[in-house]
Amino acid sequence: MLDIKKIRQDFPILNREVNGKPLVYLDNAATSQTPQQVIDVIVDYYSNYNANIHRGVHSLSQEATDKYEEARLKIQHHFNAKHAYEIILTSGTTESINLVAHGFGSLLEKGDEIIVSALEHHSNIVPWQMLCEKTGATLKVIPMTQEGELDMSTYADLLSAKTKLVFVNHISNALGTINPIESIIEQAHKAGAAVLLDGAQACPHIKPDVQALDVDFYVTSAHKICGPTGVGMLYGKQEWLEKLPPYQGGGEMIATVSFEKTTYAGLPHKFEAGTPNICGGIAFGAALDYMNAIGFDTIAAYENELLDYATQELLKIEGLKIYGTSKNKTSVISFNLEGIHPYDVGTLLDKMGIAVRTGHHCAQPIMAFYNIPGTIRASFAFYNTKAEVEALITGVKKAKMMLS
Amino acid sequence: MQSIKDIQADIIDEFSMFEDWEERYQYMIDLGKTLPLISQEFKTEENIIKGCQSKVWVHAEIENTNIVFTADSDAIITKGIIAILIRVFSNQSPAAILEANTDFIDQIGLKEHLSATRANGLVSMIKQIKMYAIAYQAQLN
Repeated sequence: MLDIKKIRQDFPILNREVNGKPLVYLDNAATSQTPQQVIDVIVDYYSNYNANIHRGVHSLSQEATDKYEEARLKIQHHFNAKHAYEIILTSGTTESINLVAHGFGSLLEKGDEIIVSALEHHSNIVPWQMLCEKTGATLKVIPMTQEGELDMSTYADLLSAKTKLVFVNHISNALGTINPIESIIEQAHKAGAAVLLDGAQACPHIKPDVQALDVDFYVTSAHKICGPTGVGMLYGKQEWLEKLPPYQGGGEMIATVSFEKTTYAGLPHKFEAGTPNICGGIAFGAALDYMNAIGFDTIAAYENELLDYATQELLKIEGLKIYGTSKNKTSVISFNLEGIHPYDVGTLLDKMGIAVRTGHHCAQPIMAFYNIPGTIRASFAFYNTKAEVEALITGVKKAKMMLS
Repeated sequence: MQSIKDIQADIIDEFSMFEDWEERYQYMIDLGKTLPLISQEFKTEENIIKGCQSKVWVHAEIENTNIVFTADSDAIITKGIIAILIRVFSNQSPAAILEANTDFIDQIGLKEHLSATRANGLVSMIKQIKMYAIAYQAQLN
């Protein structure tokens, strides 16, 4: 059981007001809030051992290096990676994806194919389009169904010996659909293709086991899981990370440098050029500690209760339509009121202190599929309450009344 | 024709009668719903200002020496604010438009709609209004 009262006390921001009303924060899929335990780690870093890592012999640098590498171990254990050096710390999901896309630039040839899904964040489609332009490879798209699920029979047809990489999000940001990643990975491997999963939306709800999944690359951001912004990770199987060329040149990623030749450092430093987000990395580890202390099974069970309750109550509102109705989804509800623009509803909810996301959620292909300008998206976290769901329902009803 | 300053003062006066945000927003929603703002032929791709959230269309014509603006949006609250902006800026001379500011929006409690992060197209709409004024002023001179 989750002790919601105790948990809410961990998040100072949940006590604030917005527009004179108590904040109801239901935009967790965009970014999660930060518990005091993680804030303390950030303050402690800058108050007590801020130093550059991996090069100083002085004590502060040693301390910071130890803590940073300790965070890498925490991340390794959380995702059950075989080796700590398979965890590359990056600035976040987007950089992680770009790192892999850049690396594949030297592996792909004309005629090769990359498969992405129709459920992607559109900013995640761009690196692959750029890669295809550069290499002459072709981009194929797994279509989606009315329910917001991937059309798996078309996926099977798209796979061939030409497929070199499959890129799918573990969970859709716009609709909350949990994709059948086990089957996606298995089929891709049979065709000889590597798989990269975007776990940004999954990690707040699920603890992925990269070895059990046998996934080749897995990426996520710390700020979706109670950590700070500007830091994230790339997990890659050792053999893949060794195959990919370095992403950026700079300090940290080299072994020896002369004007004639540079030898690159081993993993993970080969991909970590320059001074990293040291504090962010350490706080990322602390955030995982925090979430694991509550337990992901407990978190998922509680969030599912909120999701079911909110879904049931929202559907009672006449003219309300939910997009993404897969049975396998996380605590994200994308919806619209008939004949009403999502922006108007979002604006009125904000006046009531309720934070939701409105718009296309950077998933324009999905909005085009449903032929809508966007949706209102409420996304729940383990620190939300049933009373907050009720505030949302009341708010939506009021907005509907004002706008009809 | 009333001056821009006088119109703005009238609007501030009207808004001061509303007791809370609900009345203010209900008024804008009603404005948005009732006002025909642009004729269909001008709701073209060319006249569109794409915000991330809502779309805005703006069309300008010169009548005598004044600029007449018509506009529309796919979101009602945005349309309500457009109605207010049109009331202020339409049928004014290019010089008057260029001189005017939009501080009154602040005073009627709608400042957040003109922040860049709203991505509703209104900031671009005001820029567009000023651009038309610059262009027509050059033409008139």
